[in-house]
Amino acid sequence: MAGETHGVGSGGSEAALTHGGHEAHVEPHASNRTYIAIALVLGVITALEVMVFYVEALARVLVPILLVMSAAKFVLVVGFYMHLKYDTNLRGLFFGPLAIATAIIVAMMALYGYFL
Amino acid sequence: MERTSTGVPNEKMLMWTFIGSECMLFASLIATFLVYRDQSIVGPYEEELLNIPFITVTTFVLLMSSLMMVLALSAVQRGDPRGSRLFLLLTAILGLIFLGGQFYEFNHFVHEGLGLSRNLFAGTFYLTTGFHGAHVAVGVIWLLTLWTLALRGRLGPEKAVTVEVAGLYWHFVDVVWIVLFTVIYLMSGATGA
Amino acid sequence: MTTGGTYAGGIWSWITTVDHKRIGILYFVSSLVFFLVGGIEAMFIRLQLATPENTVLSAQAYNQLFTMHGVTMLLFAVMPMSAAFFNFIVPLQIGARDVAFPRLNAFSYWLFLFGALFLNSSFFLGGAPDVGWFAYANLTSSQFSPGHGVDFYILGLALAGAGSIVAALNFIVTIINLRAPGMTFMRLPLFTWMTFVVSFLIILAFPPFTISTVFLLFDRMFGTLFFEPAGGGDPRLWQHLFWIFGHPEVYILILPAFGIISDVIPTFSRKPLFGYPVVVYSGVLIAFLGFGVWAHHMFAVGLGPVATSAFSGLTMLIAIPTGVKIFNWIATMWGGALRFRSAMLFSIGLVAMFVIGGLSGVMHSSAPADLQQTDTYFVVAHFHYVLFGGSILGLFAGVYYWFPKVTGRFLNERLGAVHFWLMFLGLNLTFFPMHFAGLHGQPRRTFTYPAGLGFEGFNMVSTVGAVVTFLAVLVFLVNLVRSLRTAPTAEANPWEASTLEWSISSPPPPHNFDHTPEVTSRDPLWHDGIAPPPPGEEEFHMPNPSFWPLVVAGGLLLVMAGALVGLPLVLLGVAVTLVGIYGWSFEPIH
Repeated sequence: MAGETHGVGSGGSEAALTHGGHEAHVEPHASNRTYIAIALVLGVITALEVMVFYVEALARVLVPILLVMSAAKFVLVVGFYMHLKYDTNLRGLFFGPLAIATAIIVAMMALYGYFL
Repeated sequence: MERTSTGVPNEKMLMWTFIGSECMLFASLIATFLVYRDQSIVGPYEEELLNIPFITVTTFVLLMSSLMMVLALSAVQRGDPRGSRLFLLLTAILGLIFLGGQFYEFNHFVHEGLGLSRNLFAGTFYLTTGFHGAHVAVGVIWLLTLWTLALRGRLGPEKAVTVEVAGLYWHFVDVVWIVLFTVIYLMSGATGA
Repeated sequence: MTTGGTYAGGIWSWITTVDHKRIGILYFVSSLVFFLVGGIEAMFIRLQLATPENTVLSAQAYNQLFTMHGVTMLLFAVMPMSAAFFNFIVPLQIGARDVAFPRLNAFSYWLFLFGALFLNSSFFLGGAPDVGWFAYANLTSSQFSPGHGVDFYILGLALAGAGSIVAALNFIVTIINLRAPGMTFMRLPLFTWMTFVVSFLIILAFPPFTISTVFLLFDRMFGTLFFEPAGGGDPRLWQHLFWIFGHPEVYILILPAFGIISDVIPTFSRKPLFGYPVVVYSGVLIAFLGFGVWAHHMFAVGLGPVATSAFSGLTMLIAIPTGVKIFNWIATMWGGALRFRSAMLFSIGLVAMFVIGGLSGVMHSSAPADLQQTDTYFVVAHFHYVLFGGSILGLFAGVYYWFPKVTGRFLNERLGAVHFWLMFLGLNLTFFPMHFAGLHGQPRRTFTYPAGLGFEGFNMVSTVGAVVTFLAVLVFLVNLVRSLRTAPTAEANPWEASTLEWSISSPPPPHNFDHTPEVTSRDPLWHDGIAPPPPGEEEFHMPNPSFWPLVVAGGLLLVMAGALVGLPLVLLGVAVTLVGIYGWSFEPIH
């Protein structure tokens, strides 16, 4: 939870932050060039994913490879397009629920014997 | 902008909190899809239906719409009205193309005999991708609304947070598709192995 | 810009209000009405069960009443009464002008109200749902529940659930972003902390429920096979998705009460809360663990030894942070200058009753024991000790505690004590014998029982207890009405409490604080913890009243009604909703 990490800090720094408000709120940005480069990487990973899908020899390790590649795409979009790389105090607000959601998917799969 | 304890605008905080909630919505759909994978007792089955090359194209379209979205936001922040209009419209159009692809796909599956109540794959597939498609549709309406505001010159840099929040929603919908594309389409190749 | 002033009068000003305090009052009044409705349903159930082979109710009516009693009490009484306090108290406790999104807040209220009214209207429109509040598949399939009761359940809870999610999103943003300067997270009053935790539980627990009800709706309306064994579907999936929601829901119901008494007990002990950080972290830990224990509701389904052991162990872990809180409350009272006002009586009552309910809960966490107890009255005894003995007593503590702040008037302390002791007696008479009836094998959800199985005595005592409890509620209502007729005499801080809501007049002015307080201590009113205000008038913006939240919620209500009536009404509802959203978006806020 984003606010928690923020709030646990000493009273002094918090007061400074709240008073600083928007003056202190400088948003670092990736440039448009970075955005385009990321789009290219996303496209390439997608192409690789589809290629892996068609390679018979990789059928046994298809799932782990796909998981890694889609996780990479996920992190790129969330980190750069959604600014989470810069909005550090919003990370917990997303990754907390995401962790619980992922855990529930894995638990449901385990309950239905997926990993046996 | 109102003073906030964290310096983050309320609207942006709201969208991130909402996205957290949406994670659980899609997790429930994905969990159900996975639990019921290969449990259909009558065909047509997923491996007979899923058209990977086709869906790869629409996936690429949706990814590129995310690029258009960040470019639109950047144009609004810079105070570039031409860029704002252009990229917002392009984002919405790419979203519409994706929806068109989904409509074609659903239609094709129904013609192949996969009615909504045909088997478990039908129910889980149509509802999971359908929920996502509904999110895309809401996003398209939202983007077109912003675009009409931009046309009337009412989307200056002071509205950057509004566009940023719409962008967060749009990218999240894209991220969900990254997961669904992998889980529903590509991992179908691992079944039966 | 408006400076303060007073509230506009008239019904229209309440319908279009976006003020958190007025919305809080609306929540309170509505939830009190539904508390009475749920209570009357309970009285019918107890009358039916008073004697063996009784015929007060048919089996059909009994099924509808126990279903609606559960749904009403959980979702339309306890949750919205907690929401009443979230609304009224939280912005005051953190030193804010209002919540982050006042119109969204009004929208949440209308969604809750419409959802509750819609679901209850089923009594008059062909019969209420009769499948239990958990609505297990495949009893809910169109084959076994051909009427519209289950559809009302799905659609009504969709509205109310959406309202809860929207409200929770609003409160998360409010608590993170609208804290007064110096109000760090580790200075937040415990009630605000628990509101924060509960809001996360709501936004994460309700979506799985929404999805499972959508599956059920599609099964019933379009013939999908999600819970249809004949088509390969698995009814257990409903149980999983339902309890992924349902177990966190339990903490959604109890944690606000924990928050209330964590503010009340220090006030009436004249001591700061003992071990504040531990109480906070225990609450967070209870909520977090709450997502990992859902399958303990399903031991009897047969999940296999590994899953059963895992869920059993995680469930037992929850006893630790809960037990820690009990010790913190007791240690807060230890050596304090105790004042046994009504709010304090109810708080101490909660601690005692929750220990009983908690202990029987730990018994259930052991799977072999649970197999003996599941679906018997032992379970009914357990969850009424935590819900009535816990949540309801805690909420009444909040009512007596904050009534002067909300109305400027006091509830009568003598009647309050009578209310408490009658209720304490009544709930123990009602629910304690259920332990024994359950261990003797009396099954839940069964409309009658034959004589000679040893259930008669227990059930008669339970029914007498229910009557006593009902009398206690009547005493409260009398107290409420009498107090509202007295002159407002409450000063700003009648209980000499420590938190910010007591620093402003009772009732608070529409704009809350003349100056945004700057907090320098966890108990600001006890430690000179508010920095002196800067000179000069402070400017603040009062949000305009708006009827768009009502329009959007009304549009969604039409959509839900249309799902039962026909497509044209759905389309009308969608149109109204869209008009409402656009009107809302382009309406000037200030």
